Amino acid sequence: MSAWTFLWAFVVGGAICAIGQVIMDTTKLTPGHVMSMLVVAGAIADGLGVYDPLIKFAGAGATVPITSFGNALVHGALHEAKVHGLIGVITGIFEVTSAGISAAIVFAFLAAVFAKPKG
Amino acid sequence: MPIATPEERARYQALARRLTPGRPVVRNTARAFVVGGLICELGQVIQALFVRYGGFKPAEAGNPTVAVLILLAAIFTAIGVYDRFAQWAGAGSAVPVTGFSNTMTSAAMEHRSEGFVAGIGGNMFKVSGPVIVYGVVSAFFIALIRYVVEHL
Repeated sequence: MSAWTFLWAFVVGGAICAIGQVIMDTTKLTPGHVMSMLVVAGAIADGLGVYDPLIKFAGAGATVPITSFGNALVHGALHEAKVHGLIGVITGIFEVTSAGISAAIVFAFLAAVFAKPKG
Repeated sequence: MPIATPEERARYQALARRLTPGRPVVRNTARAFVVGGLICELGQVIQALFVRYGGFKPAEAGNPTVAVLILLAAIFTAIGVYDRFAQWAGAGSAVPVTGFSNTMTSAAMEHRSEGFVAGIGGNMFKVSGPVIVYGVVSAFFIALIRYVVEHL
């Protein structure tokens, strides 16, 4: 992780968000559609083996946007498949993304219990 | 009641088209770029802290970083700041993982009054569900294809 990673994190992360915004503004797709497309794009990018080099290059610029969720799902599946064979494709899908999903569920739950919605 | 002639109707439609404000694509995209970039930059800083003080290897620091960003987004959603910020930032706040956390937190909070099970439990994934469904389905087929290709 060099100092340049800090620059590329901003540029690459910003660019992925900008792509999402352009799709939203120039088509009639809802944010839900765009997010789903980006996740699938991340999964395809990992399938082609191009997402890991992007992470090496841009650090959090590649791991923070939602595309990295698709990447992590494929990663988990392939890692388990390497160890346990074909069944690993199913058993491994959530292996890497556990942190994100678990954190989001727990914190969303706590927020709903303790915070009152405003307006 | 007089009925508009075709020319009048065409003239009206042309006028309406001219006067309807277009979406400010350039401005929105610039905002998305800057805000999205800054959120990723914050992630990069958190990641560097995990590597430096948490004993994580750079490749392993991504997961705890995502968890911290999700916590921050949940807090800012809970105090009512994230949604106001999201209106300004558009995809810049929606595309990073913080946006994923925001959709889940706000859905859970919004339906809290319907009860713990049907309200919070039943609606938490209302907005973020499609992302998980299409992520998992596409990941399944892509991993399957990769596995088959590598074992041919």
